[in-house]
Amino acid sequence: MTVTEERPVTEVGSPRRRKEDGRLVTGRTRWTDNISLPGMLHLAMVRSPMAHATITSIDVEAAKSSPGVVAVFTGADLGDEQGSLPCAWPITADQKAPPHPSIAVDTVNFAGEIVACIVARSAVAAKDAVELVDLEYDELPVVVEMAAAAEGGNLTHPDLGTNVSATWVFDSAEAGTGGNVEDAIRDAEVLVERTFRQQRLIPAFMEPRSVVCDPTGEQTTLWSATQIPHILKLMLALTCGISESKLRVIAPDVGGGFGGKLQVTPEEVITLVVSRRLGKPCKYTETRSESLLAGHHGRDQIQTLTLSATRDGIVTGLKVDLLADMGAYLGLVTPGVPILGAFMYNAIYKFPAYRFECRNIFTNKNWTDAYRGAGRPEATFAIERLMDELAVEIGVDPLEIRERNWIKHEEFPFSTVAGLEYDTGNYEAATARAKELFGYDALRAEQRERRESGDPVQLGIGVSTFTEMCGLAPSRVLGALSYGAGGWEHASIRMLPSGKVEVITGSSGHGQGHETAWSQIVADRLGVAFDDVEVLHGDTQISARGLDTYGSRSLTVGGMAVVAAADKVIEKARPIAAHLLEANADDLEFTGGKFNVRGTDSSIGIGDLALAVFAAHNMPDGVEPSLDAEATFDPENFSFPHGTHLCAVEVDTETGETKIRSYVCVDDIGKVVNPLIVEGQVHGGLVQGIAQALWEEAVYDDSGTLVTGSFVDYLVPSAADLPHFTTDRTESPSSTNALGVKGVGEAGTIASTPAVVNAVVDALRHLGVRDIEMPCSPHRVWSALQHLDGDGSSSGADTPTEKTYVADDADPSHNAQLSGEDAGRAAADHGGLG
Amino acid sequence: MIPVAFDYTAPSSVADAVSALGSDSEEIKVLAGGQSLIPVLRLRLAAPTLLVDIGRIPELRGITDEGDALVIGAMTTHAEVADSDLVKEHAGVLAKATEAVADPQVRHRGTLGGSLVHADPAGDLPAPILALDAELVIAGADGERTVPAANFFHDMFATAVGDREILTKVRIPKHTGWGAHYEKFTRVAQQWSIVAVAATVKVDGGSISAAKVALTNMGATPIRATGVEQALLGRAAAGDTVKQAASSAAEGTNPPTDTNGDASYRRHLANVLTGRAVLAAAAN
Repeated sequence: MTVTEERPVTEVGSPRRRKEDGRLVTGRTRWTDNISLPGMLHLAMVRSPMAHATITSIDVEAAKSSPGVVAVFTGADLGDEQGSLPCAWPITADQKAPPHPSIAVDTVNFAGEIVACIVARSAVAAKDAVELVDLEYDELPVVVEMAAAAEGGNLTHPDLGTNVSATWVFDSAEAGTGGNVEDAIRDAEVLVERTFRQQRLIPAFMEPRSVVCDPTGEQTTLWSATQIPHILKLMLALTCGISESKLRVIAPDVGGGFGGKLQVTPEEVITLVVSRRLGKPCKYTETRSESLLAGHHGRDQIQTLTLSATRDGIVTGLKVDLLADMGAYLGLVTPGVPILGAFMYNAIYKFPAYRFECRNIFTNKNWTDAYRGAGRPEATFAIERLMDELAVEIGVDPLEIRERNWIKHEEFPFSTVAGLEYDTGNYEAATARAKELFGYDALRAEQRERRESGDPVQLGIGVSTFTEMCGLAPSRVLGALSYGAGGWEHASIRMLPSGKVEVITGSSGHGQGHETAWSQIVADRLGVAFDDVEVLHGDTQISARGLDTYGSRSLTVGGMAVVAAADKVIEKARPIAAHLLEANADDLEFTGGKFNVRGTDSSIGIGDLALAVFAAHNMPDGVEPSLDAEATFDPENFSFPHGTHLCAVEVDTETGETKIRSYVCVDDIGKVVNPLIVEGQVHGGLVQGIAQALWEEAVYDDSGTLVTGSFVDYLVPSAADLPHFTTDRTESPSSTNALGVKGVGEAGTIASTPAVVNAVVDALRHLGVRDIEMPCSPHRVWSALQHLDGDGSSSGADTPTEKTYVADDADPSHNAQLSGEDAGRAAADHGGLG
Repeated sequence: MIPVAFDYTAPSSVADAVSALGSDSEEIKVLAGGQSLIPVLRLRLAAPTLLVDIGRIPELRGITDEGDALVIGAMTTHAEVADSDLVKEHAGVLAKATEAVADPQVRHRGTLGGSLVHADPAGDLPAPILALDAELVIAGADGERTVPAANFFHDMFATAVGDREILTKVRIPKHTGWGAHYEKFTRVAQQWSIVAVAATVKVDGGSISAAKVALTNMGATPIRATGVEQALLGRAAAGDTVKQAASSAAEGTNPPTDTNGDASYRRHLANVLTGRAVLAAAAN
């Protein structure tokens, strides 16, 4: 006789199709631009074509008399009411920041900055009048290149006296988390120094930004396509001097953000101020051109790294010098983006010494801010490119060099040189699985064959391992980093009389699938049906407390708040159940949505309890007639998902074209609530990261004009450009939250960029190519092949500087042998080596 | 993304369309499939006062066999051209190039005539039309006239079609039995050609007896690579021979420099892609 073990069927872990997809995919839903209010006026923005200029005159008379136009506002018209757009993250006490008016008052500092706002009875009339505003400018010198700006010269903001906004340093010797990196460099047997450029990117979310403001009630209601309704409400109140209690902010369905909607935008402030001035509802929806031009950009850093190691490839120290391009202003978290990366350069490795220094630089370009991964992709890219370079220097396989340096699974929890405590992880397991799925050894064999036969199409294999700090964030850590808010999240649960459940979350989903995932969690926790759970979010009048969605925080922080609220519901229900069952509360157990009296068949379901509490006819003495509960969860630590990604590319040496042949990723994101959602997040993340490696780049010309101002030039890939992805997971549950989850929103983006670039370089390394600047366009690849130096090294058309030094005996102060094009300079730079 | 207001008319015959073009409206634009003009209007890069929509003129659509030539109505969509057995059989390089245009949505709206008159240097259809020695029929107030493809493309976005005229049909001499290939080089699938090559060749007994090659986006207009065509004659349709003949493809061209590549890279690409296009054409 066979005994079949009964397994509990749980919602968590089930690949549920998303309950919100029908309306999102068809668009028959409440996108902000779908909202139309009685008497609503329409806004259009007049934007500066100049990157840096003094406004000498603005003539709005023709625009004002254009048919349908109600009003035209300039910066001077809005005056103090528009305030200065907020920056919530002053990273140093002496950080320099210019005032940031929503409508420029007397100077413009980037092309695309708003200089006037048209209000009209229709969107057409508003648009027609834009061209009638007559502005005159006196041009000022334009600062475009951050490296030059960092050294002085022309100033983006002459009043600040410098282009450097702030300098932020982390040194493991000073922090007591590691040794002195200068000592490590001095004693190095091997030094690898490289400079990488993180090109500027544009978030390119699917739904352009849109805002509607209705000032006609006692409260002013503002709908916005935002990731952060709660933060926006507070910041708008503070910026515009409005009582917070008079504002209600709603993020209805929002079509993507990727950090690009983690902002308090000029357009939101203007729509709010103008609608209150006029006493009428107003709407502003940007065009795609405006979105690319003036929605905040991402990345844009120059990273110079020095890695010291032993002859066996054991890393002894890492020094990072960063320049980060802020653009013209500091947005909500602009200065903090590189700081989020500062803790990740040591990645999955046991580096004993580490120093990070970042200078934040102003230029006359659109401002940068959070973009998928925010700081962590930059760090991961740099260290993963560098580990490949080290592998070459040592002469071992890139996976081998990683294994020699990574934290072994038995060494967790592990305190890193950057001061974080990694709770769990198993890099060996993820890497082994990835190697197996990839067919690593067979591909290496094919690569050798192609190299030997001189095949015009060369094969490259790219490795990337990564970890990231997710679940932003323990509030005390944010406080220590001078961030203006905490990192907790809030949830509440309302038990309805019919037994249905309303879950209110402070997370603010914008395409991630919160409604489905939260329903699965609550269905298991309360033992109710998945379809009986309704998830409400994004409206500050319904979800009064929250800190919104970014930084892969929703599940690890927001999901935990939901769990805590559900647990409170159960505890509130327990004495009532005991009362109705005429049992002792201690004798009750709650399983499958029912309180059972242990050892009996006496039970009552949570739905029946909800109805009994609603009626409140028979409550125990002193117990309130409510099962509703609220909870706020503040994480004790970050979570640390990790993974190993392997990419094979074919590079056509005749044209420079790169094609991805296969891509394997094995991610460890802890426990999984919904594997289908995870799969979607991984795929989308991979595409975005691969796009940085191969296609996307926001280009400005010398006059500060955005050259890539449409999707004709800003190349966002489609499914046709990508291979089938082979994805798998290993699982080491997070120990810092009860769900054991780690977050998956940024994993694919972070890991894929270096995997692809490492693969491209690997394909061409035997020909002498050592680096290709991103995006690795066919033109750049081909140019690198045309500029090979006689000694076999390549500077390439755009190749950044590189230096490598290998000591050829145990004492690095003697007889050092230098390789690489800058050998002589490297020797000079490193204090008489060689 | 709202165009400036304009008047609109949708004539039902070529005669009515020509007469609408004769109106005294300040700036008249002809609307064909709208896949280029509508974006231009939405971006307010053009502000016509009158749009003449020729999408409702039945005589402008369709593909007919006229013995030694195919005649394709100007308003025949890309999808219809690409799917046509007649085009595949007798003007293969046009079918191949048309398949490479944009995406299925665009191919079901965009038209052959619209694309040719728009004359985008990076557009995919001028080159095969030039390679096939097509003739273009233009209607105006004075009746019809016929212009050979070699004289049709005047400059970037400028053709032999005058302000008050419309292109009505394209007459393509049959290239039955010729191999054909369109080699399009882009960075992402949905992108204008960085460089592309239209090649159609006749192979007899393993050697090339006739070759026609035209380049996309190597100058303001499509360019016939006549040096390559001559160099290929009588040569074996095989790797090195073809590559050598193709290595002069870029001679005399003046390609643009942009974010996708500079002129010297485009010249290099033209040579490489021409070799590939000819080889692929010879193989089918």
